[in-house]
Amino acid sequence: MDLGWNEEQEMLRKTARDFLAKECPPTLIRAVEEDDKGYSPELYKKMAELGWLGLVFPEKYGGGDGEFLDLVALLEEMGRYLVPDTFVSTVVPCGLPILSAGSEEQKQKLLPQIAAGKIILALALTEPSATYDPSGITVRAVAGKDDYIINGTKLFVPNAHIADYLLCAARTKETAKKEDGITLFLVESKSPGISCALLKTIASDRQCEVNFKDVRVPKKNIVGDLDKGWAVLSKALEQAAIAECTLMLGGAQQVLEMTVNYAKERIQFDRPIGSFQAIQHKCANMLIDIDGAKYITYQAAWKCSEGLDCTREVSMAKAWVSEAYQRVCIEAHQIHGGIGFTKEHDLQLYFRRAKKSELAFGDATFHRELVAQHLGL
Amino acid sequence: MDFRFTQEEEKFRQEIREFLKRELPPDWTGWPVLGEADTDEDWAFCRQMTRKLAERGWLAIGWPKEYGGQGASYIMQIILSEEINYHQSPGMDFMGIGMLGPALMAHGAEEQKRRYLPGIARAEVVWCQGFSEPNAGCDLASLQTRAVETDDCFIANGQKLWTSNAHRADWCFFLARTDPEAPKHKGISFLLVDLKTPGITIRPLVNIANGRSFNEVYFDEVRVPKENLVGQKNRGWQVAQTLLGHERSGIHRIASARRNADLLIEYARETGLGKDPLIKQKLVQLTIEGDIARLLAYRVGWLQTTGQAVEYEASMSRVYGAEYQQRVARVGMQILGLYGQLAKDSKWTKLYGKIEEDYLCSIGATLAAGTSEIQRNIIALRGLDLPRGN
Ligand SMILES: Cc1cc2nc3c(=O)[nH]c(=O)nc-3n(C[C@H](O)[C@H](O)[C@H](O)COP(=O)(O)OP(=O)(O)OC[C@H]3O[C@@H](n4cnc5c(N)ncnc54)[C@H](O)[C@@H]3O)c2cc1C
Repeated sequence: MDLGWNEEQEMLRKTARDFLAKECPPTLIRAVEEDDKGYSPELYKKMAELGWLGLVFPEKYGGGDGEFLDLVALLEEMGRYLVPDTFVSTVVPCGLPILSAGSEEQKQKLLPQIAAGKIILALALTEPSATYDPSGITVRAVAGKDDYIINGTKLFVPNAHIADYLLCAARTKETAKKEDGITLFLVESKSPGISCALLKTIASDRQCEVNFKDVRVPKKNIVGDLDKGWAVLSKALEQAAIAECTLMLGGAQQVLEMTVNYAKERIQFDRPIGSFQAIQHKCANMLIDIDGAKYITYQAAWKCSEGLDCTREVSMAKAWVSEAYQRVCIEAHQIHGGIGFTKEHDLQLYFRRAKKSELAFGDATFHRELVAQHLGL
Repeated sequence: MDFRFTQEEEKFRQEIREFLKRELPPDWTGWPVLGEADTDEDWAFCRQMTRKLAERGWLAIGWPKEYGGQGASYIMQIILSEEINYHQSPGMDFMGIGMLGPALMAHGAEEQKRRYLPGIARAEVVWCQGFSEPNAGCDLASLQTRAVETDDCFIANGQKLWTSNAHRADWCFFLARTDPEAPKHKGISFLLVDLKTPGITIRPLVNIANGRSFNEVYFDEVRVPKENLVGQKNRGWQVAQTLLGHERSGIHRIASARRNADLLIEYARETGLGKDPLIKQKLVQLTIEGDIARLLAYRVGWLQTTGQAVEYEASMSRVYGAEYQQRVARVGMQILGLYGQLAKDSKWTKLYGKIEEDYLCSIGATLAAGTSEIQRNIIALRGLDLPRGN
């Protein structure tokens, strides 16, 4: 049993932390929240130069040959610094399925560009039914001669407004079993018939409504097999859920650090508030939540990285970390008092994103339901 | 990173399972964690299991060979405790193996180690812990039991409280004040006493689950030989700290509670209650929390095995595990509904009355061996370096 990072991963974490402390300060995050793009192209380019975007791709596709666990090591630091979502939403639920299920041509075309930070991808999965269950996929793709014609609405699509490609999950066959008949299409976002509207969200991230009206996609743009997209998607969703847990874990650690520092500095009744036991016990609970979140996330990430079946562990992690992070943020706000309730204070940046992360890729209730299936309940 | 156990560890776990299958009666339904043996018959069975573990060299598997152990890793010890307790079997010797042993190894004289440790490893001597007193609970250092040094011995007077298993034990390790003038942490000594020594009176107390598990122990002019002092005179606090550090890693409750959670899931499956979305969510939550508790406990084992410092991590595992045990019992009672209230000998009882029993017993989980509040203090002060209150 080894619950720690290896030397290279430790180094990666350190580099990431030093880099992000400098290049991704709260001022940048605030600016990005106000900016239409919702991300910083400069930061994105620098992360590509550091090899982060292609970290888990093979060398022949311009990648760093890393393991999934290496990416997790990096994401924990990104979570601390609230790195805008484009990184994860491109690499994890789009890049990884292309790598695992894409054609050689697709891989050669897209992966090097992702690694180089030249293109942004978005997974167009959820719809107004707002579920990650396969039954939620109702957008239709009907076969024409050389292409498919897609119609319908996708909702909560991250960064679709700036994406170069959408990885769109569409129904190509109606069957009783909802997992069947789903196909993944790589759609150029500028294709005629696509329209995109930004949603205003609690986390000030960029999620979109994407409408497909008779959008034509060449058959060669199918990723994986026709009608068998769910197998690819469910793996991608697992990886995305782990990524989200890791971001939350990083964020939670930063929140605790801010809170403990504040509790040591803030004087009331002639003593630091951190010397009051009511405050100490809240902080202790935060650390319990964080350490629990850490090992349940690492357990899922490690299993996934080893190629072992991890569906149950991933759902356990996403269910638990989603709620633990909420608790951590809420206690942090209480300990910060009024100052933490101001927009000027950084705490709100985390609190708002914690809610977004809880909902992304399945909330706690959703994932507990999945675990229940594993338990035969 | 690697969440796997080694082959040797897996093999050991398998061996323990086979051992339990062989040794436990076919109709075994399990005892509550730290199963307090009420009847003489139960106690005899408990001792028999402990001796069998000792015969296999498992009881003190993590101790050095010269003291009766096998020099195995701390992880192996956790595995042993986890399996025994998951099957809710008696046999672990918490006081001797888990507490006194490590404290003696750290602070005892060589002579003392050779005299006492093999007896524990071979399951020959049963120990109990005489720390708490009527006015010394969490504030243990305010204890008042006195030990006065004379030419040939210490003479002890005073009262201990909550002394688990004293009525069955052979020996007691205890704390007594040897310098009433010194600051309270600096006038305490750590002593060992044979419970047959004249002047010792033991009065059993009955706990809320009707168990006879703990006692009052009175010392009246009890002569404790000088060679029974562990560590230096007036430095007993350090010995006690080492001992309590070991008391707190606690996979035993986690394993036992996880078993109860698994039984509840089985019950919900069989009765169809598991179809209820609310019950389903609660049961899954218990499963997830059980996993977290287990990971936190194994972290302590991993840190110790790899020679890393354990600061607050044992307290975290301890408090999370104890509260987990309570949540399993409390959720279990909700799920059993009216049946939950039935005692274990009722013909209508469900799950052998285990849940009702643990609903009561688990109240003690967040009290014994450092209350939840004390564990959170430790996490805040040592884990987060928050300033001490006045
Ligand atoms: C099942 C069981 C078995 C036991 N076995 C043994 C044994 O074998 N040997 C032995 O020596 N003892 C034993 N004990 C005693 C146990 O160690 C004490 O009960 C424990 O230390 C608490 O002391 P107390 O009961 O006097 O509570 P108190 O110390 O009076 O505490 C009462 C409440 O006040 C809180 N409190 C106290 N101080 C603080 C503080 N500084 N900050 C915040 N809150 C505080 C406590 O957390 C608790 O909630 C056992 C107890 C139980 C329940």
